Amino acid sequence: MVIDMDINDFRAWHTVVLLLTFIAIVAWAYGRRRKARFDEAANLPFADDDNEAATIADINNNTGDRA
Amino acid sequence: MQQETYNYRVVRQFAVMTVVWGIVGMLVGVIIAAQLAFPTLTDGISWLSYGRLRPLHTNAVIFAFGGSALFATSYYVVQRTCQARLFGGPLVGFTFWGWQLIIVLAAVTLPLGITSGKEYAELEWPIDILIAVVWVCYAVVFFGTIVKRKVSHIYVANWFYGAFILTVALLHIVNSMVIPVTPTKAYSLYPGAIDAMVQWWYGHNAVGFFLTAGFLGMMYYFVPKQAGRPVYSYRLSVVHFWALISTYMWAGPHHLHYTALPDWAQSVGMLFSLILLAPSWGGMINGIMTLSGAWHKLRTDPILKFLIVSLSFYGMSTFEGPMMSIKTVNALSHYTDWTIGHVHSGALGWVAMVSVGAIYFLLPKLFGRPAMYSTRLVETHFWIATIGVVLYIASMWIAGVMQGLMWRAVNADGTLTYAFIESVERTYPYYYVRLLGGLLFLGGMFLMAFNMVKTMAGAQSADDAIHAPAAH
Repeated sequence: MVIDMDINDFRAWHTVVLLLTFIAIVAWAYGRRRKARFDEAANLPFADDDNEAATIADINNNTGDRA
Repeated sequence: MQQETYNYRVVRQFAVMTVVWGIVGMLVGVIIAAQLAFPTLTDGISWLSYGRLRPLHTNAVIFAFGGSALFATSYYVVQRTCQARLFGGPLVGFTFWGWQLIIVLAAVTLPLGITSGKEYAELEWPIDILIAVVWVCYAVVFFGTIVKRKVSHIYVANWFYGAFILTVALLHIVNSMVIPVTPTKAYSLYPGAIDAMVQWWYGHNAVGFFLTAGFLGMMYYFVPKQAGRPVYSYRLSVVHFWALISTYMWAGPHHLHYTALPDWAQSVGMLFSLILLAPSWGGMINGIMTLSGAWHKLRTDPILKFLIVSLSFYGMSTFEGPMMSIKTVNALSHYTDWTIGHVHSGALGWVAMVSVGAIYFLLPKLFGRPAMYSTRLVETHFWIATIGVVLYIASMWIAGVMQGLMWRAVNADGTLTYAFIESVERTYPYYYVRLLGGLLFLGGMFLMAFNMVKTMAGAQSADDAIHAPAAH
């Protein structure tokens, strides 16, 4: 069998593959099973809020951070 | 027992330099705006001529001001959301001092006329090598910190910062390929139209990744933090990320409409630029809707005003961009001041305002203060900056459309209706308004510097302790 493909077939298939990839990403992101994970991730900026209360001035300690 | 702290030292350094370079870069911008309004202003001084100062302005605001803001915020965000101290030890300090050295070298070589002539990539090859070295160290520090994170998930802001760091390395190295002739002169490895395409592949992705993806990372952390609620839709942010990074790559050819670039490549660039509207607006809506249910905070919180208004400008400029990439629209807008207006709607309205908001958020935390020295001054800064941007972009829109229409006007016999100089003469009033807009925006930065110095005065550098993960 001779496979008769030129560059335009490649371009057409490329477009189809990209569209399917995009649909797959959307389906994955909006899948119900990801909900808990994403909720946890979305709260990461607030996960260490208690630390600001425990802020220590680096002048008073030796973290080796000051030149 | 000694508690391990986050590395805020480098964040402080970059945050302070963001304000300093912001003032320098915008001051140079005001000077060249004045030169356009008053063309004989610096006659006879070669190193103050428009052609030399213009690349200094763009490099200073993009790479010195924007770059410092990206370094500062990415180092802060990656530590806080990974709950780990920056990886890399001495590499961290090297990225700061290396980046500052690059900026100083740019500030010396560009006014001397040492340039490769590639827009946003003007610096000559020895400096380019230094940029590549510093950037690789930046990547090691950033991704090293992600590897040693104490949480399981990589927060979406880090995805955007990570894409920005990786892509800028790729863009910079490919576009800087040259054959050196002397220490201050080299020739591009690419010929003719290919060189132009490589340059604008670089140039547009510098917009897409340096000026967009990096600042979207900033948005995804600081908007939720300042609003006090998680991002509107984390799922949308995931789709936003993949759609944005895979589309931006192909939009570059719209800078080369109606040139020697093959027509099909121009059409691809136009098409991808149009598609880009979707992920851009997805991200903008995601950011603004984060305030859903807390809109009242906008009334009293000037930092939130900076962040949310920056997103509005982002929405405006990412609508305008795809529109201008349409070939028939581009036939009118290209080479006019409309482009300058578009760029500044993104650069001042989006990039600068989101950075300013983020730095106002950071400064008190980095210096152990409950808030900025004066919140009222932040509010004043917000209004001055907003009015400045509006004056700037509105005047350039009108000037640009007028120029485009004058240049294409033809008489019945086919001759041009206007000489080029006539369009220049008609542009003067708009150049005055633009200068005023730029002055206002710069004035706001001086207020910020004053507020920053007052906030820092007598303060101790405060390094937050690293979060101890709860025992599971």
